[in-house]
Amino acid sequence: MSAHVVPVRIYFTIFAMLLALTALTIFVSGIDLGPMNTVMALAIAVTKAMLVLLYFMHLRYSTRLTWLAISAGVIWLGILILFTMTDVLTRSWIALTH
Amino acid sequence: MSERTAAFAHQFDDAEQQHDASTLGMWVFLVTEIMFFAGMFTAYVAYRSLYPEGFAHASHHLDVLLGGINTTVLITSSLTMALAVHAAQLGRRRPLVIFLLLTMALGSTFLVIKGFEYAHKFHEGLVPGPWFAYHGPDAGAQQLFLSIYFAMTGVHAAHMVIGIGVLSVLLFRARRGRYGKAYYTPVELSGLYWHFVDIVWIFLFPLLYLIGRHT
Repeated sequence: MSAHVVPVRIYFTIFAMLLALTALTIFVSGIDLGPMNTVMALAIAVTKAMLVLLYFMHLRYSTRLTWLAISAGVIWLGILILFTMTDVLTRSWIALTH
Repeated sequence: MSERTAAFAHQFDDAEQQHDASTLGMWVFLVTEIMFFAGMFTAYVAYRSLYPEGFAHASHHLDVLLGGINTTVLITSSLTMALAVHAAQLGRRRPLVIFLLLTMALGSTFLVIKGFEYAHKFHEGLVPGPWFAYHGPDAGAQQLFLSIYFAMTGVHAAHMVIGIGVLSVLLFRARRGRYGKAYYTPVELSGLYWHFVDIVWIFLFPLLYLIGRHT
């Protein structure tokens, strides 16, 4: 089996980066940046998730078919949230009388 | 034993194709898991957009220190899981057993800390329902936040319990020398599941614990 063996050094580097990003997200959340707080929190979380996906989960060395399957999942996640929010956020546009 | 497990099923051309098929199958399962959690994340996004202040205030009920410790514990468990897969790939039985044990211990630590957090919430009357003890101006929104908190962290904790169960099976089989250079697919795929559960927490921590800190 021609599996890719990732050097242990890379695992520890990713681990250190994940810990640093955790400290960063806690630090940044204490500063008032207005709406940017949420953007920062999500940007850091996505970065951490990508590190785990690419290295711990070996996605970087996976087949294109695997990439396709994951992309499909993420796209449907986007559709779910986007279409729900087009409903939730636009309800106030129409004045309903009860 | 290793000869039997090293062989591949007759529908595959070779062991590598069988390994790729198993990996794809696991990822398809994880995609269904993404969608499973996505429903709750969508509920979170929708209600937070409707009650931003209530959510930020309710977030103060959560303990950032305990949440931060748990985040660190879970990230460390992901490292030990990755090292377990690494040991399996190289056919090193003893390190594999040790790293599986460490991963299970860290997973259990996470659950114990989570248990203390839950106990504290029950004690303070912060569990949504007729006995909800907080009656401030945005009590309704706070109940919504805590409902989502308990649902999401509860389902996440259930995944951790299942993960520890899966690892205990791996541990039993690893001790008997079932995994080696030629065959370690179960270790690798269980690792994918463990890391996925870690990723869910990576999003839950800032979205639940940290949103009210700057207010």
